Amino acid sequence: MSQKVLLSSKEINIILHRLACQLLENHLDFKNTVLIGIQPRGIFVASRLAKILQEDYGVKKIDLGFLDITFYRDDFRRGEKTLEANKTKIDFLVEDRKVVFVDDVLYTGRSIRAALTAIQSFGRPLEIELLTLIDRRFSRHLPIQPNYRGRQVDAINGEKVKVMWEENDGEDVIYLVKT
Amino acid sequence: MGELSVKHLLGIKYLKESDIQLIFETADHFKEVINRSIKKVPSLRDITIANVFFENSTRTRLSFELAEKRLSADVINFSAAQSSVKKGETLIDTVNNILSMKVDMVVMRHPNPGAGIFLSKNVKASIVNAGDGAHEHPTQALLDSYSIREKLGDVAGKNVVIVGDILHSRVALSNIFALQLQGANVKVCGPKTLLPKHIESLGVTVETNLRKALNWCDVANMLRIQNERLDISYFPTTREYTQQFGVNRALLDSLDKEIVIMHPGPINRGVEITSDVADSKQSIILNQVENGVAIRMAVIYLLASKIK
Repeated sequence: MSQKVLLSSKEINIILHRLACQLLENHLDFKNTVLIGIQPRGIFVASRLAKILQEDYGVKKIDLGFLDITFYRDDFRRGEKTLEANKTKIDFLVEDRKVVFVDDVLYTGRSIRAALTAIQSFGRPLEIELLTLIDRRFSRHLPIQPNYRGRQVDAINGEKVKVMWEENDGEDVIYLVKT
Repeated sequence: MGELSVKHLLGIKYLKESDIQLIFETADHFKEVINRSIKKVPSLRDITIANVFFENSTRTRLSFELAEKRLSADVINFSAAQSSVKKGETLIDTVNNILSMKVDMVVMRHPNPGAGIFLSKNVKASIVNAGDGAHEHPTQALLDSYSIREKLGDVAGKNVVIVGDILHSRVALSNIFALQLQGANVKVCGPKTLLPKHIESLGVTVETNLRKALNWCDVANMLRIQNERLDISYFPTTREYTQQFGVNRALLDSLDKEIVIMHPGPINRGVEITSDVADSKQSIILNQVENGVAIRMAVIYLLASKIK
């Protein structure tokens, strides 16, 4: 196994600021917009973005939620292991609001497919957009594309993108891992 | 952690402590799901479950059925009263006939102890025991412990007294196993005629004075007097039972501390507990019912994920 650094802490920070600005351009004061981090790893990206938007760009209030998609996945009983759930925390209704799904890596698109179903339990959103920090090209199983992307990566199937966060893993860094 | 150590839920006796924790953690997620406005998830859309009830039940059957439907499983219901069992069909034949309609899981209640174990050895399906005679009722014990954990934060180290007919109670036996596995102290209390002779060998203590038992405990689980199982007279009159082993407001108020009151239902109001106790804020009886659905969803979800 070998791994190389795809993005350093500094690069991640620049990208997050750019993504925050792109979100601002489309959603301005976030009055009718909610950010939904997809469990388990999208919550770090979503929390960072919410923090940047509030601290650096003066957005007063952002509705931030975490959505667990375990029970909506299409690979139940297909793997070896029981799928383990994470916490869903959405304390607001998404009815008639603009939803931005936030995830770290977009790969096959199946998680987002599951998230599209899962979010319906919280109302009928006005529209749904997708923001992803890393977009793995050429690996989609479904017709799903991001509206906002941090960095596009050409990774072949044996490779894995590993996103690490200071609050969870000790440092901000993204690796491309070859197995 | 990650998956259950068993393929069937036949009794608490066959579970490990880690299984119980996994079921509780999964139930936490399902509890959040069933409190949404849309209470359904699609996880088990390719699973078919048969609820096979050879004995009457309202709460347990409804709770299982609701749990299955909220997981999007296909559900068929079977009750012995209107079936070919009356024509002399054996248990294995009945269940195999149901299974040949491509059923993946069987939830069974049966009047004979060990019926679930017998079935699990003879048919190809995941079996969930919804009560087998006076043996075990595992999902009830799980939801009882889950409700204690929710109310008091933890089960370990808590003092729990089970009051009433211990002799005929599957709820008592499953609860004893479940509570001990999680590190709680268990006492049983009831008329001597309704306490099994060697119950101490399970590691529980025995008390025949209700007031003493209540003063000792954090939680009192009040069992129902199961008139349908009492073939001979175990106590002189219901009235006398109530006087000695019934909980009323005055008794609760005279204790040194505020204890939690549980009851697996259905309640004989005025016998085991009075109405004002059943409906008081110390009682978590309705929380138990709500948690029952979440616990059964967790059990079914975790067992279904092991069906290949």
